[in-house]
Amino acid sequence: MSETIALDPRDRGGAGTRLLDVHGLVKHFGGKGGVLTKKNDVVRAVDGVDFFIAKNETIGIVGESGCGKSTTARLVMQIIQPDAGEILFDGEEVGSPALDVRSFRRQAQMVFQDSYASLNPRLTVEDTVAFGPRVHGASAKAAMTSAHDLLHRVGLEPRRFAGRYPHEISGGQRQRVNIARALSLQPRLLILDEAVSALDKSVEAQVLNLLLDLKRDFGLTYMFITHDLHVVRFMSDRIMVMYLGKVAEVGPSDRIFDTPGHPYTAALLASMPSMDPARRTEEAPLSGDPPNPINPPSGCRFHPRCKMVAAVCSVVEPALFNAGGDHFVACHLANPASGHPGA
Amino acid sequence: MSGAIVEVNDLTVDFRAGRGTIRAVCGVDLSLQPGETVALLGESGSGKSVTLRAMMRLLPKSSRIGGRVRVDDRDVLALSAAELTAYRGRTVSMIFQDPGLAFDPVYRVGDQIAETVIRHEGCSRAAARQRGLELFERVRIPSPGRRLDNFPHEMSGGMRQRAMIALALACRPKVLLADEPTTALDATVQIQVLLLLRELQREFGLAIVFVTHDIGVAVEIADRIAVMYAGRIVESGSCAAVINTASHPYTKGLLASRGHARMGKNDRLKAIPGSPPDLSAPPPGCAFGPRCESFVESCADQVPPSVAIEVGHEARCIRLLA
Repeated sequence: MSETIALDPRDRGGAGTRLLDVHGLVKHFGGKGGVLTKKNDVVRAVDGVDFFIAKNETIGIVGESGCGKSTTARLVMQIIQPDAGEILFDGEEVGSPALDVRSFRRQAQMVFQDSYASLNPRLTVEDTVAFGPRVHGASAKAAMTSAHDLLHRVGLEPRRFAGRYPHEISGGQRQRVNIARALSLQPRLLILDEAVSALDKSVEAQVLNLLLDLKRDFGLTYMFITHDLHVVRFMSDRIMVMYLGKVAEVGPSDRIFDTPGHPYTAALLASMPSMDPARRTEEAPLSGDPPNPINPPSGCRFHPRCKMVAAVCSVVEPALFNAGGDHFVACHLANPASGHPGA
Repeated sequence: MSGAIVEVNDLTVDFRAGRGTIRAVCGVDLSLQPGETVALLGESGSGKSVTLRAMMRLLPKSSRIGGRVRVDDRDVLALSAAELTAYRGRTVSMIFQDPGLAFDPVYRVGDQIAETVIRHEGCSRAAARQRGLELFERVRIPSPGRRLDNFPHEMSGGMRQRAMIALALACRPKVLLADEPTTALDATVQIQVLLLLRELQREFGLAIVFVTHDIGVAVEIADRIAVMYAGRIVESGSCAAVINTASHPYTKGLLASRGHARMGKNDRLKAIPGSPPDLSAPPPGCAFGPRCESFVESCADQVPPSVAIEVGHEARCIRLLA
């Protein structure tokens, strides 16, 4: 895999530079007082997020609805503009003269959950995949040839599928088209926002296998967003757990699953169905719904639902603390100097 | 079987589509004792939701239901319109994946529950509201009195799902039909709702038919699991039997495709090839044949019969006949 990196002429920083480096990302929605919202109702969707993705790595992003995982993806892709924060791609700031948004987007692509809504119903499969390269200046013939190659590569025989329209193929096949389209500009970063969540289980496994193969063959880097904890474990090298617009914990996926440092991560993992008829879940690990990001709790945002809560938790907001290796935890329990009696 | 509250025999459902018909359910047998939970497990197009809707006669006019459906000693398929209205909600009620669609957005949730109670039991508005309050307490909605006056949009997803369960149980039905009620919920809320259903079932002695595509959810909720594929139950048995000694290649494939904790980084999943069949032109014989890794030619000859593996555990696969 390292050869692929060395051969890629676009690799400016070398293997040591992170492919994506995000600092202090903030996005608040509303606040101006619309028809249905009160004044000052600010949704703190993403509220100071730092993370990085190394080259050829898969980072899994998990969390409940409203935790800001999809907003983070959209901010990285420049689909929406951040209120604050810095996004570096291979060492260059996105939107700076060295890396304008257009050339960034050629190197970063996204696959969405709804395979149907993300395709143009009036374009055939081959036109869909050839569209991007045409816009970026490829000849019609070259674009079509590479589209057919890609369709073949994602398991859709061009002879059977090239001329079909999105409504004529199944959900799994449509998601393969979306993946082929995302790859048509030879990106280096692929953002998968719940890309397999809507698929049937037997088809989901096929698409996950395809993603693993493509990653190896094209030297890709994945940002894999999902609410399915089962899938994320073996897809990801590292996992980032988000809660109400903040990073709760980030670390190697085995560490996250085997020795989670944040009580929220532990509760999230314990919420997975047990798969053992003899050992069913007897008590829900968390009560209540995920709280509203409009008025997040003070201090640690998880403290009202946390079983380990102490006095310090509602007062001081925990920073990400290095729990050894690449494992960072935003919980007072992880930091012996925090003043939490359990630390 | 005697004492069964739900008895479905050879259920078929056909839909008119263009020139032909599509057989969405082809010969489903299902029987539930009071207080029992059966999970219908299957992918989209397997006929699990259509089976469920047939039990409540909630299918469009263009459909034709065949076979026999008996619930609480009544022939559901022979009910008149008036009898059907009394049957729905009173004997059998249903909860859905999207509670946002189950509630009328312009009426208060409490009024919608009261309306159901008054309609079926003819009690006073005050008594109906009192029932609503008890139910909200029972499904553990915080500050239930205030929440009864909420409109559906004022509740969170998990709370709406609890309110829908309260609505479904308002007239103390004997059978609850659940159509993927936790699919749209976060894992943390899903497990709460599953535990609540288990608890209510014990307390009310409900029989539950629970439709899901998630094996994990089926394991958490069900006494028995019936795996559906292309309109048929291909394997059924106790939860433990189906999970621990899966016998149909499709069930085995589903379990294997989930992956497991000991998998290495970047190990490939054991996926089932192909996609579910087109029901307007189903493959001959065993519908799973074209995707099956143990396919032999005789699989295409006839629809495999149900073979008993042990008492109460059956699968439709000719390889089990030997």
